[in-house]
Amino acid sequence: MDLTRFRQESRVLGHGGRTLFGRAALTLLVAALLSLFLLFVTIPVASLFMRISPEAFFSSLAEPVVLDALSLSLITATVSTVLVVLFGTPLALVNARHDYRGREIVDTLTDLPIVLPPAVAGIALLMAFGRRGVIGQYLDVFGVHIAFTTLAVVLAQVFVASPFYIRQAKASFEAVDRLYEDAARTLGASPWTVALRITIPLAWGGLVSGAILSFARALGEFGATIMFAGNFQGRTQTMPLAIYTTMQGDLDAAISLAIILVVISFAVIAAVKFVTRRNV
Amino acid sequence: MLSIHAVRRLRDFVLDVTFSVGEGETLVLIGENGSGKSTVLNLISGILTPDRGEITLGGRLIFSDEKRINIPAESRNIGHLFQSYALFPHMTVSENVAFGLWCRKIPKSEIAGSVAEQLAAMHLSGLAGVNVGRLSGGQRQRVALARALVLDPELLLLDEPLAAVDMRAQGAMRKELREHIRNAGIPCIVVTHTLRDALELGDRLCLIEEGRVAAVGTPEEVLGMQENGFIASFAGR
Repeated sequence: MDLTRFRQESRVLGHGGRTLFGRAALTLLVAALLSLFLLFVTIPVASLFMRISPEAFFSSLAEPVVLDALSLSLITATVSTVLVVLFGTPLALVNARHDYRGREIVDTLTDLPIVLPPAVAGIALLMAFGRRGVIGQYLDVFGVHIAFTTLAVVLAQVFVASPFYIRQAKASFEAVDRLYEDAARTLGASPWTVALRITIPLAWGGLVSGAILSFARALGEFGATIMFAGNFQGRTQTMPLAIYTTMQGDLDAAISLAIILVVISFAVIAAVKFVTRRNV
Repeated sequence: MLSIHAVRRLRDFVLDVTFSVGEGETLVLIGENGSGKSTVLNLISGILTPDRGEITLGGRLIFSDEKRINIPAESRNIGHLFQSYALFPHMTVSENVAFGLWCRKIPKSEIAGSVAEQLAAMHLSGLAGVNVGRLSGGQRQRVALARALVLDPELLLLDEPLAAVDMRAQGAMRKELREHIRNAGIPCIVVTHTLRDALELGDRLCLIEEGRVAAVGTPEEVLGMQENGFIASFAGR
């Protein structure tokens, strides 16, 4: 490239000294946008902590509505995460490793709950498992009722949270070099042993962070739960539902629950970062 | 003794090879990159399946499309060393060597004994508890070989066994490797790009061109085919 052309291009690209002012303005603009956005995110979260005194926070922690919601949320989110991992791991492994007719369809279906509005998920679950639902009507014959029970809370959470784990698990399995699996097979490992001793340990970091994200999503589930499981304290009233309910009377309880969720969310982000960094 | 006749459609050509390797004999596969040498090893160890053909090892039919026999890789008892060695990164040296024995459901105490013995034979005893990520190229090669030999394989497949060993150590490693192969007394197939590997390790050479056996014979016979472009450049290196 000759020098004249280079100068022409640098002028076009705005690399000349003339644009020093432009650059400073751009930096300022980006900094302003960034600060505004950070404030937008942090001020509401900080407001939660500013609107309640420590004494009020701890005294409302002892209220039954708060304790019930907290224990119900932790139990249901844990159970649903276990279910997601149990069903999702083999599915993710098969889809990461095997090409079969209809794999794209399975992938799309497992991703669907991410884009589906929770209210749609709630009414869909009700239409399937409700007393007169497509499946529910047969369960009803045997006296099995799912809708508006704790089981419904778990099902709603599994429905909305599963893609978070399955997507992450599939990506982690795909990242495992097949050479290790081939080597293990030539050493005498059955497909089962290869999965348990080679593929899963090598994808471990991704699986754990996927499970943590899925747990967090389950913990925050609101729309599908309130439609499919209802809002009964101690049975189906999880923390987000309890916040919604108590907010209309006891604002301190609502804020306390919100603060607990904020703390858990921070812990989740920290845990995911820790797990993924350790495995790099 | 291994004998193979295998046909498999690859992207650019049809691989169609027939040859055999006797007990205690080492056959060296040479040929251009992408000529199908590593694919031949994968077909033998069972990582890939031929479209047609028949493979027998020690009198046992391990693949035959006609008889619908396809013994899975994990039941073939073939030691396959990959170019990058494929040591399991989440295990220590001794765990890597113990892996195949563990898969065979051998009692723990026996595994510990066999592993210690194998590590000693490979001069690896001091590295037993080390994570494989910390090893040099030569050490990795030894661990991979130990991992295969501890299982008393019926056949050894070595894909570029010295490619990841640094230049200065290659001569010594080659001698050591030759000794281990001799001691094992089983058929062995080595894929290589270097003339010294071919000369020092091979009893016979086999030239593969676009998936076909272009020549097979003693090193002198094959390397004497100076009219062949690949041989001329290979022997001239």
